[in-house]
Amino acid sequence: MTRVYDLAVIGAGPAGVAGALEASLAGLDVVVIDAAPRPGGQYHRHLPGSFHALRPGALHHGLERFMRQWEALRSRAEILLGHRVWAVERTGGDAAGGTAGAAMGAAAGAGDTADAGDTVDGTVGATTDATVTVRCLAGDREERPRAVRARALLIATGAHDRPLPFPGWDLPGVLTAGGAQALLKGSLVVAGRRVVVSGTGPFLLPVAAGLARAGADVRGVYEAGGRFGLARHPLLAAGKAAEAAGYAAVLARHRVPYRGRHAVVAAHGEDALTHVTVARLDADWRPVATRTVACDTLACGYGFVPQLELPVQLGCATRRDADGTPVVAVDAGRRTSVPGVYAAGETTGVGGAELAEAEGRLAGRAVAADRGRRVPPLPALARRVDRLTAFARALHEAYPVRPGWRDWLRDDTLVCRCEEVPLSAVREARRLGATDARSVKLLARPGMGWCQGRMCGYAVACLAGEDPAAPRRPIAQPVRLGDLAGLEHPPSEG
Amino acid sequence: MPDVVVIGAGVVGAACAHYAARAGLDVVVLDRGPVAGGTTGAGEGNVLVSDKEPGPELDLAVLSAGLWRELAGLGGFEYEPKGGLVVAEDDEVLAALTALAAGQGVEHTVVEAGRLTDYEPHLAPGFAGGVFYPQDAQVQPMLAAATLLRKGARGAGRGTPSLRTGVTVTGFLRDGERVTGVRTDRGDIPAGAVVNAAGTWGGEVAALAGVHLPILPRRGFILVTEPLDEPLVLHKVYTAAYVTNVASDSAGLETSAVVEGTPSGPVLIGASRERVGFDRTVSIPVLERLARQAVELFPALAARRVIRAYCGFRPYCPDHLPVIGEDPRAPGLYHACGHEGAGIGLAPATGHLIAQALTGGRPGLDLSPFRPDRFDPDRSGTGTPAKEG
Repeated sequence: MTRVYDLAVIGAGPAGVAGALEASLAGLDVVVIDAAPRPGGQYHRHLPGSFHALRPGALHHGLERFMRQWEALRSRAEILLGHRVWAVERTGGDAAGGTAGAAMGAAAGAGDTADAGDTVDGTVGATTDATVTVRCLAGDREERPRAVRARALLIATGAHDRPLPFPGWDLPGVLTAGGAQALLKGSLVVAGRRVVVSGTGPFLLPVAAGLARAGADVRGVYEAGGRFGLARHPLLAAGKAAEAAGYAAVLARHRVPYRGRHAVVAAHGEDALTHVTVARLDADWRPVATRTVACDTLACGYGFVPQLELPVQLGCATRRDADGTPVVAVDAGRRTSVPGVYAAGETTGVGGAELAEAEGRLAGRAVAADRGRRVPPLPALARRVDRLTAFARALHEAYPVRPGWRDWLRDDTLVCRCEEVPLSAVREARRLGATDARSVKLLARPGMGWCQGRMCGYAVACLAGEDPAAPRRPIAQPVRLGDLAGLEHPPSEG
Repeated sequence: MPDVVVIGAGVVGAACAHYAARAGLDVVVLDRGPVAGGTTGAGEGNVLVSDKEPGPELDLAVLSAGLWRELAGLGGFEYEPKGGLVVAEDDEVLAALTALAAGQGVEHTVVEAGRLTDYEPHLAPGFAGGVFYPQDAQVQPMLAAATLLRKGARGAGRGTPSLRTGVTVTGFLRDGERVTGVRTDRGDIPAGAVVNAAGTWGGEVAALAGVHLPILPRRGFILVTEPLDEPLVLHKVYTAAYVTNVASDSAGLETSAVVEGTPSGPVLIGASRERVGFDRTVSIPVLERLARQAVELFPALAARRVIRAYCGFRPYCPDHLPVIGEDPRAPGLYHACGHEGAGIGLAPATGHLIAQALTGGRPGLDLSPFRPDRFDPDRSGTGTPAKEG
């Protein structure tokens, strides 16, 4: 008989681990699945050992807390690291609820005119007889398919970087901000590099501070949105003074210039990055004046895109977040529109690790309550989520992506790097009658390649003149045809 | 006032507009979405004569295959006259396949078991033989539709159809029975004639004119692999089971993999068939069956990764034949829809015949099997039951 868990959690970042821990403490049989070989997700993505040495003070606090939760969880739950989830299915139970949800989600995923599922009405009957099958690929090169079954599912898959294209962004040496964070793993890799950090959003600060502290020569932090510089950074207004001051102190100590209303608008070099063009921007981000900065590494980030392929596969309703980004619609217990399916963390709105953890806890407790466990109310937790959500909204409003970035592009600038689609091809598709991102993709192929639009999806949607739609990726991870064909084997022991 | 309004900017609407413009008509094309945003955008691009049984649809397919060869000269879209290889699982199936090929009267070569790998070096061993159809071809359907609309009539020295996307037809202008234009959410457009090329949604458009067309969605999933460094599959390759599945009336799931390479590198694996309405929910069992059948044809595919899957909705008529021609119940309204899975292949012939009808010419093919009113109860018994492909 195949083991059926009470709860499967996808994602071992702050939201997933906190949710899994709450649910196991309440007595549920929990399994946690993550693609990475270590826990932590994007936020705590480093080796704990090396990380402790790198991040003193306030930043340290979050990681220690996470590691305590992780240690507590390890003895209580099944942990499946190195498992990439390529599909989730819901079977049995009240088919009606699932189908209604599926219809809503399909409409949203289709990028139809209706923005399906703005709200979730009240508490959906979350306890059902349905089970969810999570289809994974375990291991690296010798990957093998594995299926995990559970009565409830918590989706905590986080978010990935949101880059914007510009001339030269495909040169070696140009990284996403998240990719630069990953470089920090070994300080040897970073030390001595001349690095420029550019983009928008509060995430640029820890990236720049981390790089400087690890020995990189950070030539400048260029924040496209911020008009006021560090002294009036929105983090201060949002009650994050200690955190902001910590970053500011690191940048000051390493003499790293921080410029608001500036951005890297082009990267140059023959075979690898040698210098960048930095522009002063107007309010809409159109370049006003430019100069050149020599560097061999550029870290760029314009916010984050929640990873929604799994909730969309299940038919979970989505809504648009403050900045127009599609996110999973949930109620106060983090229940999605599909019974038995919960979501927490960045998938329900990008808001950082603290909020993700609190949402994860709410979700874990709601799952336990919905499955008949006694869970005492914790109003302080809900209030905390409300407060942090308001803070996240304020940051979204403080760091909108302005449309002037399109002026950075030239005809031959690649919009999609996988398929090497230049801006001119996107424009030609629009002239041929493509009026949305999907038809631009069908006519010009951006997003058809290996990353399936994860990198270029936002830019292509903007260039097509629409807000990005929730991604419809029936296959969330590449899977070998042989493994797909072998699915008829009964799900393996969990 | 335009001579013709075409509803639908899919490949069939584009072909109708293209040939009407070439015939000297002033054409406006409307679509509620973008160009090629419906079933055309979810298609494989099959131009097949191999899968059709002798009859009106095969005649249409043969005419269309020739027209595609000519249209390919416009440039702007991929057209690969790669040929199709149909393989038989055993001797009995091979006999049936060979008999079908003889009856079709189209160019073909019977391939004995030992020669199959001359055509497809990576084909699995054990097939009893097959039939090769050199006229089978592949087009990139979205770019083909866009190209037919954009530079359609230039070569013939006529006007180019005018494309208006994001316009939804809400009704028809009438003068008595006669259709004299369309009502849209952007205002009325009077026209000499209206062509319903709304594909899977053609029945809804017909209903706006008060006429019945029983067009239903038949869902299909397609798998797309990672780009391959070197071609593994050279032709369109499928098993004989595909022909019977296409012609089946079953509402349940049927799969028979059609496998082919593409110029950009990925291999496409097509052709599940289910009648489940407009449900886009992913069906893992369907993907699994397609994968298994593809690997059975080409074992080397087992190690290749699928990076994408998508689904679309074929416009399905109960007798598997499209609806082509003027509607006697609503004069001035012409239908060009309901091509099921063969819309890409049959589009040029459909557009060509519609243009002939619009200009009062004698159609090059007998249109009576495709009559719009053939499903009306009081006319039943006059239609020819026919197989489709």
